[in-house]
Amino acid sequence: MSEPISALNHASYDGIAKVQECGLQGMITLRGDLSDKVLAKAVKDATGQKMPGQREAFVDGESGVCWMSPDELLVLVPYVEVEAKLAAMTNALSGTHALAVNVSDARAVFSISGSSAREVLGKLAPVELSSKAFQPGQIRRSRLAQVAGAFWMDDDQTLRVVCFRSAADYVFNLLKVAAQPGSEVGVY
Amino acid sequence: MLILNCPYCGVDAEETELAAGGEAHLKRFGPGSSDDEFHDYLFMRENPKGVHFERWRHSNGCGKWFHAARCTQTLEVFGTYSAQTTEPPKEIKDAITAKRPGWTWREYE
Ligand SMILES: [Zn+2]
Repeated sequence: MSEPISALNHASYDGIAKVQECGLQGMITLRGDLSDKVLAKAVKDATGQKMPGQREAFVDGESGVCWMSPDELLVLVPYVEVEAKLAAMTNALSGTHALAVNVSDARAVFSISGSSAREVLGKLAPVELSSKAFQPGQIRRSRLAQVAGAFWMDDDQTLRVVCFRSAADYVFNLLKVAAQPGSEVGVY
Repeated sequence: MLILNCPYCGVDAEETELAAGGEAHLKRFGPGSSDDEFHDYLFMRENPKGVHFERWRHSNGCGKWFHAARCTQTLEVFGTYSAQTTEPPKEIKDAITAKRPGWTWREYE
């Protein structure tokens, strides 16, 4: 068995914010009726988190659950546990109209940290990122320049960004340019 | 810049997060329909200067399709609503009437 490696293998960049590829992250796409108690329990068993409401993200480190659409969740678990967690989830959901798929290797994850983190992402996504409008506990799906991406805040100065693995290099380059030294805009 | 509120994720999405899906509330004429009906279904579209109903998809977002009622002349948005309907809901029609008394679009008014 070959050793799994994330898209950019922890590449990082220091500018007005620190940009880092986070490495391997277990991710399960879960679709179904989010009001279903069986589904809510499966999520709780996998992550320890309750069912998120519209655009909520309950993430603690490598575990958590994010609201992606009215019938879709992104379930985060440690990479080494994803197969076991998925099997338990699939088992718990047998007989329920739901679908759970391991998408870990189809994604890349970045963190943007520092006092200008909001600003770096704000240059790339058509989203209001002031602290009034966007806070830890929320998730937003949008675009980063020309590719799809989703992001939430781990704390007030740290954003985590998820994109497709095939776009990882593109997104890292975007983030590097947006984080160039001296490029503060001073909006947020 | 057009900004539409996605009724599924509640986001005020600007145009670059959205994909336009053409005219709303088309009735499909497929097998068994007449040539004229099929022709009209395929090719005949409204092209109003003013009130218009469209389908949009929150493609760089939650991925859901929804409906929007807006003015093609001013880009004013009267409202957005669920995709799970075959005609504009009453509150949308009322909102248009408040701004554009006497409006018509296809068989709706
Ligand atoms: Zn949406």
